[in-house]
Amino acid sequence: MKLFLTTTGPDLHSELDPRFGRCAYLLLIDSETLEFQSFPNPSSSVSGGAGIKTAQFVADLKPDTVISGDFGPNAASALRSANIPMYLYGDCKTVEDVVRRLNSNSLKRF
Amino acid sequence: MMHQTPLKIAVASGKGGTGKTTVATSLALSLAKNLTETVMFLDCDVEAPNAHLFLKPEFSDQKQVEVLIPRVNETLCTHCGKCTEVCQFQAIAVLGQRTLVFPQLCHGCGSCTMICPTNAIQENPKSIGILQKGKAEQIEFARGVMDIGEPMAVPIIRQLKKWVKSTPSQITIVDSPPGTACPVVESMRGSDFILLVTEPTPFGLHDLRLAHQVAKELNIPTGLIINRDNGEFKELDNYCKAENLPVFLRIPFQRTIAEGIANGHTLVDILPETILSFQEICQTIRNIVK
Ligand code: SF4
Ligand code: SF4
Repeated sequence: MKLFLTTTGPDLHSELDPRFGRCAYLLLIDSETLEFQSFPNPSSSVSGGAGIKTAQFVADLKPDTVISGDFGPNAASALRSANIPMYLYGDCKTVEDVVRRLNSNSLKRF
Repeated sequence: MMHQTPLKIAVASGKGGTGKTTVATSLALSLAKNLTETVMFLDCDVEAPNAHLFLKPEFSDQKQVEVLIPRVNETLCTHCGKCTEVCQFQAIAVLGQRTLVFPQLCHGCGSCTMICPTNAIQENPKSIGILQKGKAEQIEFARGVMDIGEPMAVPIIRQLKKWVKSTPSQITIVDSPPGTACPVVESMRGSDFILLVTEPTPFGLHDLRLAHQVAKELNIPTGLIINRDNGEFKELDNYCKAENLPVFLRIPFQRTIAEGIANGHTLVDILPETILSFQEICQTIRNIVK
């Protein structure tokens, strides 16, 4: 399964970033193989509507799910329109935690 | 008396609660005592207008402010994403097979409609607030009031400024919104002078710096009025000296003033001697902008 996760850095050892629209990086991770691609958040320079721009970027790459600390109302309605399920990483501390919890189906649906 | 050129003074402060409206209304009242000049008061604090509480105008005219919000016809839309690229406000987004408009972010600029190659976008008017004008004794008074939950202050301020052009006045006093964001810039734009209001506290100085920065970027001359002055905060004086920011008036820290204002009185009611000070300030400003 292909998932998007918001992080503060560009690799699997980076800390999680709780802000969806304002995250530093987005990792596109294959939850079986842990292959990944990292992208700097394209919304870093916009003043308003960051969540929407990030959501559109995410939607264009067609992941199976997107995981963050929280989703703003605009980002949430954008991702819902694109039919991408949203999950919250909750008290996970690392990328590994998140992938394990996703694989065991124990993340909270947004 | 020589005929004066029109003068527009914006009264601003980096944050709310510094006495900006007190200064703006008292300035307008003082200048209106000179019956040879007409004074217009523009309340641009459209999110929380309160100058009417002090000037008590009677409104005689009203106008709706609308923006044109795009609506996408999905049967014509090819999801090419051109509208998204042209929108500066992220107010329209292509999400898979759907194109979504976020009216709360849309400024109604029309760019997306213009660029859409398939004419899939129609525009529908949406009300974001109202403009009102009338008279408060000799003062021409106008204000904008933003609809609750509408975050779009800038178009209201812009239309307010345009709407009152039909009522030319020699002196216009603009009560700017607090802060330093886009609505503040819009309210200051086109003014001849910016009168900043601050309090002699570290927070006051911090916000003053930001507001002063905006004025400098707009290249409009500035002066300062210090409210609730106790003469103890030296950093403020140092800042004014270093920045060549002239201090026009120090309103003393007095309980009678605070209580009077809380009861809806203006500074010129409470301290009539300030009328003269405000008239002199206006003369000083005329000399600066000449
Ligand atoms: S520009 Fe027109 S056709 Fe292209 S995505 Fe936007 S609405 Fe659809
Ligand atoms: S009208 Fe302007 S602000 Fe509104 S969606 Fe279109 S391009 Fe964006």
